[in-house]
Amino acid sequence: MAVVEIRQLYKAFGEVNAVNDVNLTIQEGEFLVLLGPSGSGKTSLLRMIAGLEKPTGGEIRIGGVVVNELPPRARKIAMVFQSYALYPHMTVYNNIAFPLRSVGMDRINIQTRVERAAKMFNIYHLLQRKPRQLSGGERQRVALARAVVREPDVFLLDEPLSNLDAKLRALARDELKQFQRQIGVTTVYVTHDQVEAMGMGDRVVVMNYGRVQQIGTPQALYRAPANTFVATFLGSPPMNLVEQDNCIIGFHPEHFLPKGIDQHMQSPITIPFEVTRVEYLGSERFLYGYVQGVGERTRVVSNIPSLVQLAIEAGRTYDFVADLHDLSYFDKMSGDRIAPVRLQIAQAAGV
Amino acid sequence: MGTVSEARGGPKLLDREGFLAVAMLMPAVLYIVFLVGIPFVMAVLFSFSDVSVGSPTIDRFTLETFNDVINDPVFRRSLQNSFVFTLFAQGLVLILATVLAILLNRNFRGKWIVRLLILLPWATPIAIGAINWLWLLDSVYSPLTWILREVGLIGAGALLGPRNVIWLGQETLAMASIIAIHVWRMLPLSTVIILAGLSSIPQDIQDAVQVDGASFLRGWFQVTLPLIRPILMVAMLFGIIFSFTDMTVVHVLTRGNPNNTTQVLASWAFYTGIEGGSLAKGAATAIFLMPVLLGVAILMLRVARRTEVR
Repeated sequence: MAVVEIRQLYKAFGEVNAVNDVNLTIQEGEFLVLLGPSGSGKTSLLRMIAGLEKPTGGEIRIGGVVVNELPPRARKIAMVFQSYALYPHMTVYNNIAFPLRSVGMDRINIQTRVERAAKMFNIYHLLQRKPRQLSGGERQRVALARAVVREPDVFLLDEPLSNLDAKLRALARDELKQFQRQIGVTTVYVTHDQVEAMGMGDRVVVMNYGRVQQIGTPQALYRAPANTFVATFLGSPPMNLVEQDNCIIGFHPEHFLPKGIDQHMQSPITIPFEVTRVEYLGSERFLYGYVQGVGERTRVVSNIPSLVQLAIEAGRTYDFVADLHDLSYFDKMSGDRIAPVRLQIAQAAGV
Repeated sequence: MGTVSEARGGPKLLDREGFLAVAMLMPAVLYIVFLVGIPFVMAVLFSFSDVSVGSPTIDRFTLETFNDVINDPVFRRSLQNSFVFTLFAQGLVLILATVLAILLNRNFRGKWIVRLLILLPWATPIAIGAINWLWLLDSVYSPLTWILREVGLIGAGALLGPRNVIWLGQETLAMASIIAIHVWRMLPLSTVIILAGLSSIPQDIQDAVQVDGASFLRGWFQVTLPLIRPILMVAMLFGIIFSFTDMTVVHVLTRGNPNNTTQVLASWAFYTGIEGGSLAKGAATAIFLMPVLLGVAILMLRVARRTEVR
């Protein structure tokens, strides 16, 4: 277990700064998620922590030691790759034993450790199989077993669940999180999937264009996004953004509800909502349409839990409400979060 | 509309799978039958006869030709040379090509020009290349000898003695020269094949080897080598066939001399059968290439099958 500190880290590929002035401290035993779209620099950052990529500038410390010049094997890290990167010609046993043999451990110790790791991930019965004879989920567990068998200080995971089907992914997410808590190792997890990030991370780092956009707990990021990028990257569907004068007003779809079920709101404001399409998803209803009262006519989404049985039809305009306390405000030019401004809401005629 | 329905009417000849299969296979089959099959059968027939350029009809079948061929000391030397040539050349090619491929698989400045230079021998016609080598290995005008003299390896009291090196006039040196030039010629193809094998290993696997803490040698022998083994086998088997049946380098450089000590089976078969006019003896000599080539062909098919099963 170790603290990972990243100071003013840069990585340039030619003219492009893949990682741009990143500062980050990952606490001992923390599960930190790097979240961003493809090309945001999250994988480059992870590969620099692993030692697979050399930083152009800055410093990486693992357990207080500057590791910039150290090769991966000297960093006491383990990594799980998106493709799992199992050695296809080796049995599962030899795959898991490979890192132990590399450090010159004796045969008996290797066997004990491999068997313990295999039992931990429930793959003991697969030890003599080759990777091609395994399912996606089994491969993923072999990759995890290979990573933990060396008892690393830092555990690096590069989109390890993206090759699993949706059903298995939810299960694997839960297993992975439980296992991380159990062994308590510092973990850096890269993903582009905000559901994974929100569900697993103790803290989430949102990245875009090589820069850190915001660091915080999932709740903090969701409640108070630092800028419009974070606001639109988190949540499904993401936050609605409506322009008004020099400012952008944001509200989450589930905070935009039909008038009448707003008893819990402290200071509700009424906004007319022209519904154009209704989507039933079982546990919730998505309403797509336009708001007109706040600034320009803008397309927004409302997410109503299925408990609310109110009949709503496409093609009609309803009165919807949002709580002033739930609104976020951003600067129109920079997109950065700003202090609340005074709202002007024009009530549409005939409502 | 009329033309459209006509065009769509009735299945065309080329739409019929049976016809298409035959039509596509035919060129290859004809080529093999006429240019490989018939000459091969003729060679076998010739080797059991006494035909020569002077009397090209087979009058009787006999084992005498084989007897003559086997008892010929030049044939025995050729057979031995063929194996020596193939083993040494192929061994060297595999080692050098692998080293080169590993180097070329890395990123460094000026990589493309190194790649170009290494591919050049393959792009040069062998006749031109070999004539260059004739000059380089000339007993009087050789620049190599000149260099050796300039650096002090040749001269009075020097390591190699006072006289010029007769590269192609001494048994061992001549054979070594032939092997070296064949290696020079074969190296690019093997390098490219192995390079293709190396670059087909996913980056993730190469990264995993590093993260798992393996040293270069462990990574190479336990991961990289097993992963490129099928492609390495293909490179080696191709190389064996090329080397074992090759006579170009011998023909251009030494014509088997000095004193037939650098003959190989292919060149000896050519000199006795075609130049010497003894078709039967030439055919019988060439037949001795068969067992090795057959073995290699079987191995190749097995490698192909294994990669297919994967």
